[in-house]
Amino acid sequence: MDLHFTADEPTASEVDAVDAVLGAADSRWHGGQRVDPSEAQTSESGHRTAGQRHLLLPVLHAIHGRIGWISRGALNYACKRLEVPPAEAYGVATFYDMFSLEQAPPVVARVCDDIACQAKGASDLCAGLETVMGPAGNGNASRCGWVRSPCLGQCERAPAVLVTAAGERPWTSVIAPATAQAVEAACSKDSPTDGPQVRESVPQAGQASLQLLHRVGAPSAQSLDEYRADGGLRAWELALELGPEWVIEQVEQSNLVGRGGAAFPTGRKWRAVAQAGGPKYVVCNADESEPGTFKDRVLMEGDPFGVVEAIMIAAFATGSERAYVYVRGEYPDATERMRSAIAELDSAGLLERACPIEIRRGAGAYICGEETALFNSIEGFRGEPRNKPPYPTESGLFGRPTLVNNVETLANVLRILLQGGTAYAAVGTERSSGPKLFCLSGHVAMPGVYEVPFGATVRELIELAGGVGGTGRLQAVLVGGAAGAFLGPDELDAPFTFEGMRAVGATVGSAVVMPFDDSVDLGAVLLRIAEFFRDESCGQCVPCRVGTVRQEELLERLRSGQTIGTLDHERQLLREVSQVMRDASICGLGHTAASAVDSALERFPIFQGATR
Amino acid sequence: MLWGSNARETHPIYFHHVLKGIRNGAPLYVVDPRRTSSAQWADRWLGLDVGTDITLANAVGREILDAGLENRQFIEHATSRFEAYQAAIEPFTLDFAERETGVPRAAIRDLAHAYARAPTAQLCWTLGITEHHQGVDNVLGLINLALLTGHVGRYGSGLCPLRGQNNVQGGGDMGALPDRLTGFQHVTNDACRAKFEAAWNCKIPPKPGRHISGMFKAMDQGDLKTLYVLGENPVGSEPDTKHVMATMDKLDFLVVQDLFLTQTAEIADVVLPASAGWAESEGTVTSSERKVQRVRRAVKPAPGTKDDIAIVFDLAKRLGHDWGEPNPEVLWNELRTLSPMHAGMSYERLEALGGIRWPCYDESHPGELFLHGRLWANPRIGPRAPFSIVQPEPPVDYLDDEFPIRLTTGRRLDEYNTGVQTGAYASPLRRQEAVDISPEDAAQYGLQEYEQVRISSRRGSVVAPVRFDPGLRPGLAFMTMHAPDEVNTNELTIEAIDPKSGVSEFKATAIRIDKMVGASAGD
Repeated sequence: MDLHFTADEPTASEVDAVDAVLGAADSRWHGGQRVDPSEAQTSESGHRTAGQRHLLLPVLHAIHGRIGWISRGALNYACKRLEVPPAEAYGVATFYDMFSLEQAPPVVARVCDDIACQAKGASDLCAGLETVMGPAGNGNASRCGWVRSPCLGQCERAPAVLVTAAGERPWTSVIAPATAQAVEAACSKDSPTDGPQVRESVPQAGQASLQLLHRVGAPSAQSLDEYRADGGLRAWELALELGPEWVIEQVEQSNLVGRGGAAFPTGRKWRAVAQAGGPKYVVCNADESEPGTFKDRVLMEGDPFGVVEAIMIAAFATGSERAYVYVRGEYPDATERMRSAIAELDSAGLLERACPIEIRRGAGAYICGEETALFNSIEGFRGEPRNKPPYPTESGLFGRPTLVNNVETLANVLRILLQGGTAYAAVGTERSSGPKLFCLSGHVAMPGVYEVPFGATVRELIELAGGVGGTGRLQAVLVGGAAGAFLGPDELDAPFTFEGMRAVGATVGSAVVMPFDDSVDLGAVLLRIAEFFRDESCGQCVPCRVGTVRQEELLERLRSGQTIGTLDHERQLLREVSQVMRDASICGLGHTAASAVDSALERFPIFQGATR
Repeated sequence: MLWGSNARETHPIYFHHVLKGIRNGAPLYVVDPRRTSSAQWADRWLGLDVGTDITLANAVGREILDAGLENRQFIEHATSRFEAYQAAIEPFTLDFAERETGVPRAAIRDLAHAYARAPTAQLCWTLGITEHHQGVDNVLGLINLALLTGHVGRYGSGLCPLRGQNNVQGGGDMGALPDRLTGFQHVTNDACRAKFEAAWNCKIPPKPGRHISGMFKAMDQGDLKTLYVLGENPVGSEPDTKHVMATMDKLDFLVVQDLFLTQTAEIADVVLPASAGWAESEGTVTSSERKVQRVRRAVKPAPGTKDDIAIVFDLAKRLGHDWGEPNPEVLWNELRTLSPMHAGMSYERLEALGGIRWPCYDESHPGELFLHGRLWANPRIGPRAPFSIVQPEPPVDYLDDEFPIRLTTGRRLDEYNTGVQTGAYASPLRRQEAVDISPEDAAQYGLQEYEQVRISSRRGSVVAPVRFDPGLRPGLAFMTMHAPDEVNTNELTIEAIDPKSGVSEFKATAIRIDKMVGASAGD
């Protein structure tokens, strides 16, 4: 490709960082030194270099991890190595919240100020950090700085902070619950601070009835031997013994539907990919970014071998040649646990009958949880969703048939194979089968991930978590996530099932249950949700790009009392914006960006005094 | 395979189709001394030394045979002189070729195997092949490769010279060649001539005319005293400008018919202002794929201009021949009666089918998607296609201590030839005319980018800013003839002509680059 570069050159450590991923440059034509005269008269590019485009995101991670930001010189070098147009690489790098293209200090504390952490004092934490570390932003610190961040997926231990440190040996620390002093102390160290244990995120840990969370906190999460000793790999061995057709039949009979939010029948996906011609892929969607959601993180940290075993089964059953696990960038611990589990299984030779499994890290983009955006992200493009159809089972990753499943969905497959699909289908309700993980955060006494068979009501789930926390007086419950809906205290007896939620105008979504007590300013929560969607809209399609901005502006007006016309007029405007986003956006982000706000305004007298 | 073509810049629309092919997985090989923007898209680029194309082609042929990858069946069925060819290329080993062309042997081997193994392959070339004193031999060397592998006369496989303008092919179709009448009919053939003489009611000289280099020679010798130039700018485009000007000076009478007051028009006795062939005229053009297409008048010609046909009709009238009112369709229909390959192309059909590729012998003929399919017919139709024995000769303008740098010329995106058609338009991509050299040479000569330097050849010298192109290697420089008023590159080039085609060796000039005394970096 004929590329044009600025004169910016990389530093030696930037070159090192890129070369650590790609190996040394093969010639002068791809960023190497002009020394060997023989290579002045031939070059190899074209399909060979174009085929490396998918390494762009890992390369950007490598630069960022080493330096703490991505300079123009580093970007130029990455582009020469991969033959990517610099403008495109810039577009990719700026797509992700965790990458800085301006000079940034090596140590950065990412402070969650999203809804769950707000309910648990994120504002006070930020105020404290301003005193201790100075104002937020990258530009004002030489060694460590702090920035505000959308949901970090640590809601059960809010307020949460993720510290990332760049260098030859980059490290991260999770500080949750965080205080300004603890964050400052973690930032000034040269090594990671021990974070909270995953077992603490599962108050039910150790209970015999658990199907999905039974290994959390157990030694079986630590090593392959322990995992085997705990009955691990039995589902895999059954699959090998009884064959792909048997596996897919069990999944079909189980009535398992996707746990990522869209609730698509899993067996149908498996069947379609198994029937498609190769090459084909399995993608485990671990880009869990819905505010208030942390169940997949807990599964990956608490039972990494189980998740990988399920991926192996999926690859085997569908005949896929490679599997990818796309973990959100804010989950360094989960990434590490998964990486070492894969490595152990690989060195034990167990991946040979499945397929190679690769981990890809996101870098802070909610939209990459959308499956086609995730494909683009892996492929080295901006994580913008694709138009559907074609669906992933037909044309997914690299344009090939792809099975894409959420972490929790895959985890269920082990139970299905061990119990048999029919037995599994008997758990839960008729339309919502199986055990289900719920993410309880906000004002509950014991936040965490809870596992119950489908069928429990919202009230039962809150009671399981020790009841309403905070003032003890419930104002509202956000269910399903920021893309979900608010319920009032009078709707708590709705069963948290696909059908039960639909009946009250909500969705299961990512199974978030986030109660707010009566001290919470719901208007501020709505505004934070609107800000979240405005920030996370990829900007590709107009209804969402403009609609999310309009929604936030409108809520600002309502909140400040500076309305245009009457409150009814503004409400009507909001309904229209939300209708357009629902009807005309490319993907689910736009479709649901207004649903929580809509549901709250329908139920609660927020902004009622807000007329000019 | 693009051999001697930088289609990315010189045929940008065609290259869009190449890009589609690349996207669909087709490998691209580019042979060019420079690592051009086309070469940067290639799976493999072979940066041969200027003027070593025959050596490389022969070595590729030898490697194909050595590896047993030739299409033996096609060779036996449809070609002749194979044994002589095989014997002639025997010395062209990979080692020899690496030494002579500078291209690593592994790269040559890769090209040979990829071309021979490809289910279908196109071999396209442009002036990088033809603008040498061995231009025709270069082409024959490439044809040998197509015959060896059977990459000719099949859908998706073929040989394709990429034409420089929308209607270069059309010019040839219409008989603007020294030895041909319309439809490529030989002027020496009595029957052909008789047909035209009967239609035109005149005598046609049986002797081939002169190609452009021959005309200049005749002007030099005083045999050609009057010159009528239509849509050409030889003062800007011919090599060795000083010599060209001296030659033109010997003419008694020079007429130039053009859209613009070109350098040639400036020294003409009479200038006939013409309208544009596209947008202002009616007629047809023929594209690189032999496709005849209609062009239509969309706007009225500028005041004081006429289209080319009207000018020729007026001229005829002044010379005592009233041809009546010019009508492009009437002329076209006359042509169809004289040129069998165009016979089936009525205006109506050209419009209905969006163009027709020749040959098209009658109104039921759809035209031919590709040529030479006859070679595959069983039993074979027509004569066998002969292999050619071609031996390399170095460029005429040799390198020595005084002129150690090889200058090659070409075009840049956004510019066309001497800039007559393009120079007047603004382009955000245009940069000032300069001599491109390698960063290594720049360092050796101690030059800053855009510093003015003196570039000299055995014929003349010019001053130009220097620009660094990492796609060049030490000892290789590049210039264009786009802005003769700024930098007259043809002061440097050599008038060494391929006697078979009349084309000059624009691609190989020996130059020296001198730092200007007291010079500083240019603006």
